[in-house]
Amino acid sequence: MSKSERPSRLFRNLNAKVASIPMILTALVVFVGGTAWTVLYSFTNSKLLPRLNFVGLDQYYRLWATPRWLISIENLLIYGVISLVFSLVIGFILAALLDQKIRFEDTFRTIFLYPFALSFIVTGLVWQWLLNPDFGIQGVIRRLGWTSFDFDPLYNSSIVIYGISIAALWQGTGLIMCLMLAGLRGIDEDIWKAARVDGIPMWKTYLFIIIPMMRPVFITTLVIIASGIVKVYDLVVAQTSGGPGIASEVPAKYVYDYMFFAQNLGQGFAASTMMLLSVMIVIVPWAYLEFGGRKRV
Amino acid sequence: MSDQAVSLSVPSGAAHADALGPSGPKPRHIFSRRNIFLYGTLIVAALYYLLPLYVMIVTSLKGMPEIRLGNIFSPPLEITFEPWVKAWSTACTGLNCDGLSRGFWNSVRITVPSVILSIAIASVNGYALANWRFKGADTFFIILIVGAFIPYQVMIYPIVIILREIGLYGSLSGLVIVHSIFGMPILTLLFRNYFTSMPEELFRAARVDGAGFWGIYLRIMLPMSLPIFVVAVILQVTGIWNDFLFGVVYTRPDTYPMTVQLNNIVNSVQGVKEYNVNMAATILTGLVPLVIYFISGRLFVRGIAAGAVKG
Repeated sequence: MSKSERPSRLFRNLNAKVASIPMILTALVVFVGGTAWTVLYSFTNSKLLPRLNFVGLDQYYRLWATPRWLISIENLLIYGVISLVFSLVIGFILAALLDQKIRFEDTFRTIFLYPFALSFIVTGLVWQWLLNPDFGIQGVIRRLGWTSFDFDPLYNSSIVIYGISIAALWQGTGLIMCLMLAGLRGIDEDIWKAARVDGIPMWKTYLFIIIPMMRPVFITTLVIIASGIVKVYDLVVAQTSGGPGIASEVPAKYVYDYMFFAQNLGQGFAASTMMLLSVMIVIVPWAYLEFGGRKRV
Repeated sequence: MSDQAVSLSVPSGAAHADALGPSGPKPRHIFSRRNIFLYGTLIVAALYYLLPLYVMIVTSLKGMPEIRLGNIFSPPLEITFEPWVKAWSTACTGLNCDGLSRGFWNSVRITVPSVILSIAIASVNGYALANWRFKGADTFFIILIVGAFIPYQVMIYPIVIILREIGLYGSLSGLVIVHSIFGMPILTLLFRNYFTSMPEELFRAARVDGAGFWGIYLRIMLPMSLPIFVVAVILQVTGIWNDFLFGVVYTRPDTYPMTVQLNNIVNSVQGVKEYNVNMAATILTGLVPLVIYFISGRLFVRGIAAGAVKG
């Protein structure tokens, strides 16, 4: 009897298991397997083809001695801080304004969110045109008479990353606004009434009551923004192709170029492992809070 | 800033003081300081968001001489559709001079099967996770969700090897598989949460009537979850259409999706820059997601909210 029971346990609920095969394969082969593979090969000196020729941490030493990588990291940090701070602040202010029971709320929301439907390539190309020094914003203002006006972020290597950040904010703040608005709508109307009865000014209510209450929304938003920051790639490719020179390089582009153009796979793997590490620093505490916390409740 | 904040708080304070006076809501003035500040800020912000779209459209309707002389913000003196025709049918990328139309059809051939396949897989999967849980299912699900945060760069090369092994590297089918893989976490989450929120009795009743896994899925779950399918389609069509990284890694020049081809047209180094053609091409590429966005309205918002904040 026990012999015939054994297979029946495996085959019980068989359809659900069959339906989950793509998920199981993706989770194990691509996400776990692929990541482990890349991390493993980052310790090799693979060039054109992946080879298991271990060289310890050589690729990482080389990586952190490469000026282009250092510039990429610096750019990522500047870009990250700008997108984090400004998209949270602008997104929250826009959401708070839309939450004042205004007219045409749908129209405004549609306008603020439409750039999010566009790809980073389209975003990058539009802003490349707007920031064109001869014909764009700088050219127009100079032609109006202010001939010494300088605004050419895409051709000035010291501020190029800010030019990219402007485009990224234009594309992404609408999403943050939507998330914040959903959070604001989730706040009990009575809280507002209580604050009003106590005569607390509106800005104080927002700062000391509403925002602390929206902590989960802020954490989720933070995770979304942070994981988007590390991935930034297409925007830079479209807007500046990493230029002028290597002034606007980012890690994701470094990885791609070393894997598919420089034929230096080891470097690409090491760089992508560093990217993974930086994401882990953000994700692991969050996942712990999220999944670990839910089990306790 | 503090001055504006004070003016915002005036109505509430006034209402408090008048509590003993006349009852009923306080009459609202359309041109109160609060409203001027509120709508003023919103309109300025809206103009900032609309400006790039306006400049794109205006530029694409001008001739090159007018662009060289004029102002990017001024409306075209002479409207011409030539840049649009050129962008669609004769703009060059490398040796191919058949315009963006090639990229457009490639993108269609990538997007349609990817959307169908990814949604089919994820909806069945989410249904299994919601109603037919088996031991270990949740572990794989958590790996899937956490895996969604791994930078794509980490998994690009292993997937190249896998696709090469099964002979699909560089083909459209390979890219379709890649899109289905990377769409899985978010879509599975979406469907799992939706099916979990459906009344349990429905499922039990169908079980009692003898319906099995596929019977319940096809006859009960599928017809009842049309809205979430629409949300998923919106999410996937815009996401896949806008993809650049996978397109450039997993296809060859003659199968490049529209975004990759657009970037090659606009950022090609050789030849005279034709800004009007570039902008027409840019609008053409953004048109599909924009149309979906404007038609779907609230559903789009729901899709991204569902994707972002877990229900």
